[in-house]
Amino acid sequence: MSLHAQDDPQLRADQERRLRAVWAPPTGWFGRWADVNNNRVGIWYTLTAFTFMLFAGVLALIMRTQLAAPGNDLVSASTFNQLFTLHGSMMMFLFAVPMFEAVAVILLPQLLGARDLPFPRLSAFGYWSFLIGGVFVGGSIFFNVAPDGGWFMYPPFTTRTDLSGLGADIWMLGLSFIEVSSVAAAVELIVGVLKTRPPGMRLNLMPLYAWYILVVAVMILFAFPPLIAGDILFEMERLLGWPFFDAAKGGDAILWQHLFWIFGHPEVYIVFLPSIALFAMMVPTFAQRHLLGYPWIVLAAVGTAFLSFGLWVHHMFTTGLPKISLAFFSAASEAVAIPTGIQIFVFIATMWAGRVTWSTPLLYAFGSIAIFVVGGLTGVMVAIAPFDWQAHDTYFIVAHLHYVLIGGTLIPLMGGLYYYWPLITGKKLSDRIGRTAFWFQFVGANLTFFPMHFSGLMGMPRRVFTYPAELGVGGLNMASTIGSYVFAVGVLLVCVDLARSPWRQKSPRNPWNAGTLEWLAHPDDEDWGIRSVPLITSRYPIWDQKNFVRNVDEGRFFLPDAQEGRRETIITSVLDARPVQVIRLGTPSAKPMVTAVALGSVFILTTYHLYWAALAGAVATLAMVLWWLWTGTAEIPEKEEKSIGHGLTVPLYCSGGSSAGWWAMFITMMADATAFSGLVFGYYFFWTRHDDFPPGGPGLDGPGAFWPMVALAVTLASWVMTVVARELNARGAEGAARGLLGAGAIASLAAIGAGLAGPMTTGLEPSLHVYPAIVWTLVIWTVAHNGVGAIMQLYTLARSIAGRMTPRYDADVRNITVYHHFMALTAIVTYATIGLFPGAGS
Amino acid sequence: MKNESPHGNRPRGLRARILALRVTLWTLIVPPTVWAVHFLFCYLWVSVSCAKLGQFPRFTTAFVIGTGAALAIIVAAGAIAWVQSRTPGDPPPHDEGTDIDRLRFIAKSTLLLAGLSFVAVVFTAAPALMLTDCR
Repeated sequence: MSLHAQDDPQLRADQERRLRAVWAPPTGWFGRWADVNNNRVGIWYTLTAFTFMLFAGVLALIMRTQLAAPGNDLVSASTFNQLFTLHGSMMMFLFAVPMFEAVAVILLPQLLGARDLPFPRLSAFGYWSFLIGGVFVGGSIFFNVAPDGGWFMYPPFTTRTDLSGLGADIWMLGLSFIEVSSVAAAVELIVGVLKTRPPGMRLNLMPLYAWYILVVAVMILFAFPPLIAGDILFEMERLLGWPFFDAAKGGDAILWQHLFWIFGHPEVYIVFLPSIALFAMMVPTFAQRHLLGYPWIVLAAVGTAFLSFGLWVHHMFTTGLPKISLAFFSAASEAVAIPTGIQIFVFIATMWAGRVTWSTPLLYAFGSIAIFVVGGLTGVMVAIAPFDWQAHDTYFIVAHLHYVLIGGTLIPLMGGLYYYWPLITGKKLSDRIGRTAFWFQFVGANLTFFPMHFSGLMGMPRRVFTYPAELGVGGLNMASTIGSYVFAVGVLLVCVDLARSPWRQKSPRNPWNAGTLEWLAHPDDEDWGIRSVPLITSRYPIWDQKNFVRNVDEGRFFLPDAQEGRRETIITSVLDARPVQVIRLGTPSAKPMVTAVALGSVFILTTYHLYWAALAGAVATLAMVLWWLWTGTAEIPEKEEKSIGHGLTVPLYCSGGSSAGWWAMFITMMADATAFSGLVFGYYFFWTRHDDFPPGGPGLDGPGAFWPMVALAVTLASWVMTVVARELNARGAEGAARGLLGAGAIASLAAIGAGLAGPMTTGLEPSLHVYPAIVWTLVIWTVAHNGVGAIMQLYTLARSIAGRMTPRYDADVRNITVYHHFMALTAIVTYATIGLFPGAGS
Repeated sequence: MKNESPHGNRPRGLRARILALRVTLWTLIVPPTVWAVHFLFCYLWVSVSCAKLGQFPRFTTAFVIGTGAALAIIVAAGAIAWVQSRTPGDPPPHDEGTDIDRLRFIAKSTLLLAGLSFVAVVFTAAPALMLTDCR
């Protein structure tokens, strides 16, 4: 349509009517929960994470009350163990990470001028998984079965079932479930940032928030899977007695620490960077100018992301690793201070260069930077190994990490809450209450945690439920306890402010006079996200582009209509944001919720050793996933192309590297390969721990070379058949392609048998020693992937026969080929490792 | 997409060829990836040596060449980025949505990452110069 077509008010009203109908949320008491639109799912997500934060905060208050005076007996040692374990685990897994995902789900589409993220149903699935897993883990304390091994669950106390109860299983399985939802969110956010930017928003015009989200989501892909690998080993030991961490049978508890902290340290930056990202949006608004040093922020985000993966051993300085290893990690820990410092200087410089408007969000931003810098400086101290040997496991560390997390995550989020509340609700929060709450929090945090530096240096250990008066830390602890209540009053005031919001007046649109796209949101929000998808030529389009808001509102940009009655958004190219496709988005559906319930039942039933019921849950999950995919993905459109306005016509269907689905598969498989590399790391780690590996003897002989090589050959054959099927299908030879897909599935299934035959024929007994245990684990991982590969091949075959996949519309076969590339790689590494390793072939 | 020099009459040679190189998100992460590989290599080499032999070989040719190569790649990536980040054409402050400004942005970010990665590689190599045994 031409520009002046949009001059017609009747046309605009018709378009709005159609958009409104398409984006109408589901209604009814039950139906409304089937919603998948990012503005609702994001709000549920945020509220749930906020509630978990309050819950975990109350746990901390109970702990502080117990520690107020020496020899106090408010709670027992056992309860105290549950309190600190659940406090740490919930704050990290149920608040900090999900909160970043939740905020990103709300903000990202707005910031990118997209109607929604590319996979709305995946967001909904992630939310429901998070809710179920979170309630399961958090609720355990009411039954006195909460995990009690510390948030890092160090074996051997946690793996020995005579020393730890159900809590350890609840932690492992409940949080594994949540990790799955985090990886799902990462896939969604990466594809969102790379592929759903508005036309013209090249990489250098992207809002810095999107840069941070991209970087953090990629970090999740590489950080969470090692923990998932660790969880698998951990549960194998607890449920089946496979001795991965049992020194008596050749295992080593240090492996858990490696896998945990390869996750655990990047995790700190995963929760810190998204909060700093909020500053990158607020600071330019309140300085009323462009952010200085845009590339420097990108440097800081990308540099921090890389370096954060070279820090994990600094949590293990006292485990007796060689000093030279400690030194490498100490060096990287010092280096990460450089990019972290740079972003703080960029913010200060921007404020300096601009005309600062003082506001409540900015108060939070500055207060949190002050707190964070203290935590950063003690971080530089504890990164020096000899200092850490003194401070390790004392309250000094408690002080350090809380300064970092309160200054780097919690208070910035409070600032973000005050800044973005008008975007979500159309109403401002109270400046008076907000500032009072800020000062309570600021004073409370310092009063709580600053004395802990001293109590730690005076010798007070972490994770003790009480302490003797002779230690001389009674006064410091009383100060900390008072501080924690002051802080709690601050948080309570924020809650009061939020609770009063429904009775307040609407604020004007864009109340802070910001320049970025998300502030196009109208106080009386529509569900369609954005009226028309704009052409972007500046980092701050609302400030810089002429008549920008009016042009968006009057539908003068792209995709101002929904003629076909479908939810749509524009997919653009990665570097330059050229429109390449209009994608049809998922509509409200209960499928994600039901799938999350089914998957949750697998984890929860396994916790209680109800294996048959868990198996039924797994079958139900598979059925749900297949139904969801069959009915909701790779749909063949009713026409080839669609006009998006201004003479641009783009296809409605893409497959391969330019499609969102292909990227999602690729990214998921990167995470899968990372988890796998965690298991392979385990094999080689155990090799370094033993002089004779494999150890040999009855039940300990290697799996031989024959069956592993057969399994590898059959897997590779299946891979070749999939690739050839893709090519033949594209050339129109559908019959041959179908034959190959069927044969490929048979080969995948045969590979399962051949893979298992190796350790079975040589009688490897996994409960005897760590060697057979890790061999079996690698084999089971690989053949399970063969099984999934067979299901994908059969699914694609069925799609082809049903006419849902054709030579032209071939996304399914292209996506499963990506899976089979990774499958082939997994088989090569597994079978070369277990079959060709010196001594394993005999 | 290509980011060629906007002026056809530019002198041929190294500079022109550098300006014609493609930049992507992948080239952006070359310097920190080199750091990561160097870091992992140092850590694994020392850990395996200490676990299996009880000592690590100091100043082997492999260590010197490896560290030298890592620094050389980072410097090369930085030098290419430096030339590209000065691509002439559009007016400052170079934050528009043009080809040249997009090139300058990625190049400048790569340059900064090269600086950080250089420092980080030197940091990683330093312990191997000072520490002598596996205790």
